[in-house]
Amino acid sequence: MALPIEPRPAQPGRVLGRVVRRKEDPRLITGTGSYVDDLRLPGMLHMAVVRSPHAHARITGIDTGRARSMPGVRAVITGEEVKDLCGPMPVGWSLQGLKAPVKYPLALDRVRHVGEAVAVVVAESPAAAADGAEAVQVGYEPLPAVTDPEAAMQDGSPLVWDDVPNNIAARFPLSGGDIEDAFRKADRVVKLRLVNQRLVPVPMEPRGVVAQAHPISGELTLWSSTQIPHILHALLPGLLNVPETRVRIVAPDVGGGFGCKLNLYAEEILAGALSLKLGRPVKWIERRSEHFMATIHGRDQINHVEAAVSGDGRILGIRARIIADIGAYHQLLTPAIPTFTPFMMSGVYAIPALDVEVIEVFTNKTPTDAYRGAGRPEATYLLERLVDTVARELGLDPVEVRRRNFIKADQFPYNTVSGLTYDSGDYEGALNKLLEKIDYEGFRRQQQEARQQGRLLGIGFSTYVEICGLAPSRIWGALGAGIGGWESATVRISPAGRVTVVTGTSPHGQGHQTSWSQIVAETLGVNYEDVEVLHGDTAVAPHGLDTYGSRSAAVGGTAVYMASVKLREKARRIAAHVLEATVDDVEFQVVDGQGRFHVKGAPQRHVTLAQVAAAAFTAHNLPDDVEPGMEATVFYDPTNFTYPFGAHACIVEVDPEDGRVKILRYVAVDDCGNVINPQLVEGQVHGGLAQGIAQALYEGVVYDEQGQLLTASLTDYAVPTAADLPSFETDRTVTPSPTNPLGVKGVGEAGTIGSTPCVVNAVIDALAHLGVRHIDMPLRPSRVWAAIQQAKASGGGQPA
Amino acid sequence: MKPPRFRYFAPTSVDEAVELLSTHADAAKVLAGGQSLVPMLNLRLARPEVLVDINRIESLSYLRVEDGHLAVGALARHRMVEKAPEVAARVPVLQEAVRHVGHVQIRNRGTVTGSIVHADPSAEMPAVLALLDGSVRVVGPSGTRDIPWQELFLTYFTTTLGPDELAVETRFPLPPAGAGWSFMEVARRHGDFALVAVAALVTADETGRVKEARLSLAGVGGTPVRPERAEALLAGQALEDDVLAAVADAVREAIEPESDIHASAEYRRHVAGVLAGRALRAAMERARRGGEG
Ligand SMILES: Cc1cc2nc3c(=O)[nH]c(=O)nc-3n(C[C@H](O)[C@H](O)[C@H](O)COP(=O)(O)OP(=O)(O)OC[C@H]3O[C@@H](n4cnc5c(N)ncnc54)[C@H](O)[C@@H]3O)c2cc1C
Repeated sequence: MALPIEPRPAQPGRVLGRVVRRKEDPRLITGTGSYVDDLRLPGMLHMAVVRSPHAHARITGIDTGRARSMPGVRAVITGEEVKDLCGPMPVGWSLQGLKAPVKYPLALDRVRHVGEAVAVVVAESPAAAADGAEAVQVGYEPLPAVTDPEAAMQDGSPLVWDDVPNNIAARFPLSGGDIEDAFRKADRVVKLRLVNQRLVPVPMEPRGVVAQAHPISGELTLWSSTQIPHILHALLPGLLNVPETRVRIVAPDVGGGFGCKLNLYAEEILAGALSLKLGRPVKWIERRSEHFMATIHGRDQINHVEAAVSGDGRILGIRARIIADIGAYHQLLTPAIPTFTPFMMSGVYAIPALDVEVIEVFTNKTPTDAYRGAGRPEATYLLERLVDTVARELGLDPVEVRRRNFIKADQFPYNTVSGLTYDSGDYEGALNKLLEKIDYEGFRRQQQEARQQGRLLGIGFSTYVEICGLAPSRIWGALGAGIGGWESATVRISPAGRVTVVTGTSPHGQGHQTSWSQIVAETLGVNYEDVEVLHGDTAVAPHGLDTYGSRSAAVGGTAVYMASVKLREKARRIAAHVLEATVDDVEFQVVDGQGRFHVKGAPQRHVTLAQVAAAAFTAHNLPDDVEPGMEATVFYDPTNFTYPFGAHACIVEVDPEDGRVKILRYVAVDDCGNVINPQLVEGQVHGGLAQGIAQALYEGVVYDEQGQLLTASLTDYAVPTAADLPSFETDRTVTPSPTNPLGVKGVGEAGTIGSTPCVVNAVIDALAHLGVRHIDMPLRPSRVWAAIQQAKASGGGQPA
Repeated sequence: MKPPRFRYFAPTSVDEAVELLSTHADAAKVLAGGQSLVPMLNLRLARPEVLVDINRIESLSYLRVEDGHLAVGALARHRMVEKAPEVAARVPVLQEAVRHVGHVQIRNRGTVTGSIVHADPSAEMPAVLALLDGSVRVVGPSGTRDIPWQELFLTYFTTTLGPDELAVETRFPLPPAGAGWSFMEVARRHGDFALVAVAALVTADETGRVKEARLSLAGVGGTPVRPERAEALLAGQALEDDVLAAVADAVREAIEPESDIHASAEYRRHVAGVLAGRALRAAMERARRGGEG
């Protein structure tokens, strides 16, 4: 049944669109949340993982004898037994010609990255498990490792998988427009080589799992610190050979994910398998040092980019070769992530031709997968660094070059050269609002004056668009996804008039309890406090596709809204019956915060929603064609993606003597369509900016040539703290999405996507007159200083 | 528990602790604030059979100004030093430096003496000890001795403290009255160990020239470094650009930094010279104002 759903207006309503207190906070702030590690079950065993110390080695033998005889140790499992316990790790995305070597949760005869799981020990206490794991003796015969993806593609390179020639897992081409023509017409070709470095997600709460198999019935409940209980529910039963009707997955409070918990991990499979085997609960909690080597990494692309440019700064076409270092094997969505980059490579610009090839390469490193932004930050970084470089090489202003290339506000819906249809946008509007805040000309004068005194100031811009609202199921399927992209919601009114929302999204910090309550309270005319939101438990919320890719508001929130409307429609029919009027004559209205139905033109003839709910439950007097009860379920499959956008500016000072970069101002104007709760949007933007700036200035995974991970702790992997970041200035424009009735787009990743190139552009702007053209991230002081030295030595500068 | 198994003792007196240490010698480790030792235990990088926890020896938790020294008991936490008015008044360079040690949570537990005998060459406290020509008082089976800083630090994480010796006090000689001071560092993040840190102490004559200048560096090799030639170059000089350039060169010559993933050796060498110049200017500025904050 198609629902008559009017788009909600952009203006704040009674509750929707306003700041309300987050429902999650009292629990979380007082330390009374319930995370996986808080779970203590009777008879629970603890699992520890034996991990490879080598990047690449043949396993010559595993001696588990000593470990098995240690006090408290109940089981030791190695690659030899693993095939009897579970199936291989699934790859949830297909690409033409994809090489997807079979990978079990434990290494069989060879290890391919430092930290790969080789064996597990299950014992009566975490300490006994750790001691047992230490006692497992693994014989290794080290093999040559390959850590540089460009070297890995060369003939003669060590092979990560013997049957994958040149270590190439997939080639993904994407092109549109006439690229030859673009380069023929070009007045100039601008080239860049960019490294988008490898990152570790580092959520506050590491991963963790508790599996509890019923010893008699074989029913399995699995609690995991995951973003995707429903997808796990779709995958685990098959791997463990248990009927899915006997499996329940629960995501309790989850302390952040950033994409790294959008996965199915070896430890989840093994804990489930061992609990089934031993008939006792099995717990595994990731240690921070394990997180650095056994949880997926993000990014890691090398981009060779060439732009065909006209003399006035218009980009006529982009050619790019993207080498994605995907690590040693596929995790759930590993093959998909780099392919999102070319789709977003024309960004906010009307670029007529594009020709990209993505090459996914295996190396002896931890696998990569989705990390906040997942392919889009790479596209934005590439494009925004390119636009700045075009401006600089043509002697044009970077703001002006952006304006000349923008897709105009009257061109929406806009079909991009990569085959997408942008829903709505006003890129110049966001940029104009940004410029109002920064006094650009004033800054340029200040910059000149500062240079006279030997001080280096710089400004960087970034204008971005991203893709959210994953996903229209048909398109998702055509791209290679193993699952759909819909979302489901159930809204239920109790006989006493309180509301329960069951959502298929799975929040892990976003605040869905708050925002879904706002949507329902607004739509049904109930108190915000009277709405409960249930999520993250497949026994309670059986249908859903979880939370990632900034999909929840646009898809899950829309489902919640539509289910509320559907329920309201049912209530209207009951109300009409009670009021002895025709359905068309009955209107819904919120009076004093309370939803009620009245006869058109006769507001005194009314019943409240609560009265209708009571009537629906007694069912003493319902219309013939209306079922008792007050519940509605909607499965919503979006017709298009959504495309949030924004304009950011960053002002930095670079210390010429020690290379330190100080961010003096960071101003972000973002447009995520209609806003459900301004404070939640702000929170997402702030966190996103912090993570994007972290990539620009601080973070980066380092492996040595032998494949040893040198950044394996928070001491060496420099996640910045609040003390290292500026105070953000944020604002927004509002361009509703026509794709969904809420007009929302999503904002979970925007800050990360926009900010990384913005900061790098600012630093290069500060140094360009010295002859510095590019510095690869992270722009740590020693690199910035070295770039200045190098530019000076080659005499590349211009007078100040 | 994450660490390997160990036996645990919590003595309540120095004598008891020393006895335990001499019984177990190489097998034992002292546990003070635990801010360096516990992470190493949890990562199983340290595997002592015996831990001698000194946190119950209340007599070691003190700060005193006595005979021209600031005496810091082995259980005085970083935070205690940071907050003490007598440190602010008499050894302000120590107060400034201690603020660079980790974060408040770390400083609430970690001890100044533990930090010194742990001998991390990037740590701030050893550099201040060197700047002030301080020493560490240790008690062993054969009695008490003071180890001057020059004899204490051997190389990375290695001191001349015997396995049966307990450090009971760190002794910072008070800087001369009116001395100007400065502490500066470059670190990757707020609260990180220094990539390079420089502490400076300057006394000035009436004409604004240097009477005596001291420099001390962290993060530039296996131990804290006092660049003697650089200090000698400064005596009697005004801090003109050419003097500072020569001093920077002398500082760079005095050190042997290493490259790691955070910074190259060349960078550390360069920045040591830069920070030395900046720290000297700031210290001179304070000296001119009579040594106040
Ligand atoms: C996140 C984090 C950030 C940090 N940042 C910094 C920083 O920026 N700068 C910095 O300098 N430090 C930093 N530290 C380390 C911190 O300063 C430690 O407190 C200090 O290094 C050791 O002091 P402790 O009292 O904790 O010693 P412990 O950890 O208890 O002991 C360290 C070592 O010294 C020995 N030891 C301790 N006390 C005695 C004694 N009285 N006699 C004999 N041996 C003894 C122990 O046996 C052990 O080998 C950081 C630590 C953390 C966890």
